[in-house]
Amino acid sequence: MSNELLKVENLEVQFKSGSTVTKAVNGVSFTLNRKENIGIVGESGSGKSVTATSLLRLIPTPPGNISGGKILFEGKDLLTLSDKEMRDIRGNDISMIFQDPLTSLNPVFSVGDQIMESIKLHQKVSKKEAKQKAIQMLQLVGIPAPEKRLNMYPHEFSGGMRQRVMIAIALSCNPKLLIADEPTTALDVTVQAQILELMKKLQDEFNTSIIMITHDLGVVWEICHKVLVMYAGNVIEYGTVEEIHDQPMHPYTWGLLDSQITESVEDHEMLTTIPGSPPDLRQEIKGCPFAPRCSYARDICFSKAPEMVEVKEKHFVACHFQTKETRLNRKERSTHVRAVVKS
Amino acid sequence: MSEPLLKVRDLRKYFPIDSPIPFKKSNQSVKAVDGVSFDVMPGETLGVVGESGCGKSTMARLVNQLISPSSGTVEFRGENLIGMDAKKLRETRKSIQMVFQDPYASLDPRKTVGELIAEPLVIHRIGDKASQKKRVLELLEIVGLSHYHAKRYPYEFSGGQRQRINIARALVLNPDIIICDEPVSALDVSVQAQVINLLKELQREYNLTYIFISHDLNVVRYMCDRIAVMYLGKIVEMGTYKEIYENPKHPYTKALLSAIPKESPHDNKERIILKDAIPNPIHPPTGCHFHERCPFMMDICSTKIPQLLDTGNGHIASCHLLKEH
Ligand SMILES: Nc1ncnc2c1ncn2[C@@H]1O[C@H](COP(=O)(O)OP(=O)(O)OP(=O)(O)O)[C@@H](O)[C@H]1O
Ligand SMILES: Nc1ncnc2c1ncn2[C@@H]1O[C@H](COP(=O)(O)OP(=O)(O)OP(=O)(O)O)[C@@H](O)[C@H]1O
Ligand code: SF4
Ligand SMILES: [Mg+2]
Ligand SMILES: [Mg+2]
Repeated sequence: MSNELLKVENLEVQFKSGSTVTKAVNGVSFTLNRKENIGIVGESGSGKSVTATSLLRLIPTPPGNISGGKILFEGKDLLTLSDKEMRDIRGNDISMIFQDPLTSLNPVFSVGDQIMESIKLHQKVSKKEAKQKAIQMLQLVGIPAPEKRLNMYPHEFSGGMRQRVMIAIALSCNPKLLIADEPTTALDVTVQAQILELMKKLQDEFNTSIIMITHDLGVVWEICHKVLVMYAGNVIEYGTVEEIHDQPMHPYTWGLLDSQITESVEDHEMLTTIPGSPPDLRQEIKGCPFAPRCSYARDICFSKAPEMVEVKEKHFVACHFQTKETRLNRKERSTHVRAVVKS
Repeated sequence: MSEPLLKVRDLRKYFPIDSPIPFKKSNQSVKAVDGVSFDVMPGETLGVVGESGCGKSTMARLVNQLISPSSGTVEFRGENLIGMDAKKLRETRKSIQMVFQDPYASLDPRKTVGELIAEPLVIHRIGDKASQKKRVLELLEIVGLSHYHAKRYPYEFSGGQRQRINIARALVLNPDIIICDEPVSALDVSVQAQVINLLKELQREYNLTYIFISHDLNVVRYMCDRIAVMYLGKIVEMGTYKEIYENPKHPYTKALLSAIPKESPHDNKERIILKDAIPNPIHPPTGCHFHERCPFMMDICSTKIPQLLDTGNGHIASCHLLKEH
């Protein structure tokens, strides 16, 4: 059995509306080994969720369309499978926790029915067994009094509880790959710590690999081995968590790390931000997508797109000035004091 | 000292639950908010933290009168909102705005972003078309979106962008107090920093008051003047952010602080991982609601409910380990 579980090559996803085309994902590549976890971080709208949903071929088509690339799962290209074969993979080998727990649970069915439905869909079990398993799963993700809660409807659950129900559904089939889109965003930290603990346990038990989409770098440091940093539909930096944390190289990654609120940020300081907003993805982007917001940009950045270069072993960056030969010097983080900034 | 802007006293919300037996009335209920009291001073930010399901959103919706309480009072500028006549309540609620936790569910998909942001102005007949449009563009800039976004529909936006639209909507009527229910949880870090800077700037400029609900303790520390820690429908600890972070009293608060995510992959944090699942709000544990999970549990904890005690420095907490100041 090969150690490589998933290999994504040059994935491209577009959305068409009338005559405009949004290039939501523009050539994403990465590999994921068995039992390995990869984090996907990046600005809102950078294509993290679209990348993840494409892996399961769940992009709404039209308007969406996977316009290029390969998704090799255990060596098979998922893009060449029939709809039926794909359905078998979803929920058996790969399952996903969606970003939005409110709309992914059906409001007219009880929570218990929905979990049991998903269990029966993928496993040959009786109704009674499915119910037992549903209770067990709810218990596993920390829902109190699961027997009673089984009959409740999604709106009667708090945001965090709905998310835990989604996690219970996703885990109920012991998948080889779990794609988790912001799974702990709605959760408080003690439950987050529990859920991450749970994911680690599951991983040990079933050799599951995890793709973790999050904007919380703390979660990445906690459970991921590698990180993919996305910007405007592109991967701009990719490496091990240690590399990205200790020696980040892309100016966007620098901005991302600097804008975190950590224990060392004082409350009278302005938080560091990345000025400006991401580009309109319906427009052709000529140079580096980050150029308009990058304080290191020079002429070439606006005319030529930088290529992804392996600057160090297993550390890839797409920036004109970060290559094997040249290095860009990171500027000091500017710590403005609020009162000064105001005047 | 000035008067509190908001005065909440012994607020309760019990949701009845359906009986599993048809046609038989259930007398059970979820005690989502169970006797909460606090003041909010003008211009301050009160943070609310606590486990999922402990009643933070319910508390927020009670304060904003989106739902009515089972009992208790909510006074805004000295007037009780509970039982206020509809017309006056509508006027008063202009001053109390809310940003919701879920950026997906809270925007009408059939309206353009421009219409959504202008909606409160249209409803309250404020300004003419031109001035409304100007205000919309201004707010788009403030929240970090572009002018061309005004003509687009919510489905064309990612989660984070939608939350910025929600914040613009809450700001449009120039409220006194904004209840932010996890306003930045769905935002990526760099945008989160922009929005937090923005909320702080706006606060200084317009003397805005915030109730800020978040599970991100770093954000709460940075944003808030005082912090209330909730557990199973009750406030178990409240104090200045410095007191809460540097001198936490309640064992639950201590566990909460220890669960803050790592700051680097090399961190090896000592965690207090709490026992078992969260307790059942339908049948809360006897005595101290936290006792089943508490690493410091004593005999008295399972029988007697601890009262909130003043431990000095404006810090209150409810735990049998504590002594009155
Ligand atoms: N159904 C759709 N129709 C048109 N455009 C879409 C659709 N879904 C996504 N997009 C666009 O694709 C881009 C990527 O969106 P995506 O949801 O992947 O972002 P994200 O990185 O997950 O952001 P967030 O952190 O906010 O969740 C965005 O510019 C978005 O506007
Ligand atoms: N309409 C309702 N009917 C019945 N129970 C409800 C209703 N709304 C909330 N509850 C219950 O009230 C309790 C508190 O829920 P609430 O949404 O206020 O929690 P929360 O602290 O905001 O949690 P989270 O951090 O997950 O958002 C939960 O046990 C929830 O199941
Ligand atoms: S290529 Fe140019 S614009 Fe892009 S990140 Fe590097 S320096 Fe900045
Ligand atoms: Mg997303
Ligand atoms: Mg809530």
